Amino acid sequence: MNKQELMAAVEQPCLKSEVPYFEVGDTVDIHCRIVEGNNERIQIFNGVVIARSGSGTREMFTVRRIVQGEGVERKFPLHSPFVAKIEVKRAAIVRRAKLYYLRDRVGKAVRLRERRPDQMKKRQNREAFWLRQQAAKSQKRSETTA
Amino acid sequence: MALGILGRKVGMTQVFDEQGRAVPVTVVQAGPCHVLQVRTLERDGYEAIQVGYLDMPRHRVSRAARGHVAQLDSKGQRKRAAAGLQPIPKANCEPKRYIREFRGAGDGLSVGQVLSVEVLNGVSAVDVTATTKGRGFAGVIKRHGFSGQRATHGVKKVHRHPGGTGCNTSPGRVVPGRKMAGHLGNVRRTVRNLKVVKIDPQADLLVVRGAIPGPNGGLVIVRPSNKVG
Repeated sequence: MNKQELMAAVEQPCLKSEVPYFEVGDTVDIHCRIVEGNNERIQIFNGVVIARSGSGTREMFTVRRIVQGEGVERKFPLHSPFVAKIEVKRAAIVRRAKLYYLRDRVGKAVRLRERRPDQMKKRQNREAFWLRQQAAKSQKRSETTA
Repeated sequence: MALGILGRKVGMTQVFDEQGRAVPVTVVQAGPCHVLQVRTLERDGYEAIQVGYLDMPRHRVSRAARGHVAQLDSKGQRKRAAAGLQPIPKANCEPKRYIREFRGAGDGLSVGQVLSVEVLNGVSAVDVTATTKGRGFAGVIKRHGFSGQRATHGVKKVHRHPGGTGCNTSPGRVVPGRKMAGHLGNVRRTVRNLKVVKIDPQADLLVVRGAIPGPNGGLVIVRPSNKVG
């Protein structure tokens, strides 16, 4: 086995089997699992995905929101057990992989151009492509383990 | 308990533990290793096992290297056979790229046996020895963590210099051991007490918590940790 396959063998058990499709620019609800002593509760962090980085178990994404006029960013490990659920609320038309320019903006300028239903075609194509990739990956995985 | 095993550093990544925390880990492909020789007190004056890791093509190695791992027909062998002596036991495997010894009694191990990563089953922590990445001739900031000098306030062209190295007329010399610029890296280092996260005998993988020296693909020597506590 080469390096990639060996690393994949180690990372595979830590990857979530189902991760929803989302893009940079999407407005998402992140359901975070918060453990306080013995209690566990879910807190929702809502905001815009401004960056995605890394691969495998190290994949991270950054969510930005404005709280009381102050920008707040949280960076989540995509496959962390503490990220219970990711819900895509809205999609936007963006032309960058990283939306760091939003940090310099306030008020109305923060708004992103929303993707209307009739503009979803491209996004759906990307999603379909992504799903095919995922399927191919999981198939390859089952082949190597078999 | 196993004496140790040879392997290759694959790379680093992170995994999530039962509590959901991210754990930085290094993946090591450990073994399979052949036992090439068992050294004994009577014959060699010390106890050790010699193991080999990774096959080399036969045509790429010397006859001596081939004869080390397998029985070859030679004048010496024929003489020994004629004298009624037992042939020296050989592992009967391919010539090995890396051959190292582990000191200690190789109890139960015999020449030709194959060590897999399973020898580390039940071991909670390991010591990993490898050669660090060579950095060449490095300055004192990189090599010894000096702070360097100021960027401004009259500092001219000596921002990364070490500054003074001693006193004046007395002692009139630089005391030995002064930290200075020089060659950094490319030395053998041991990182001790690395926790074993996972052992995967199917893929010969050993996953330990934390970093180990050397580049990806470099040889590593893994021993059960002798650190107490």
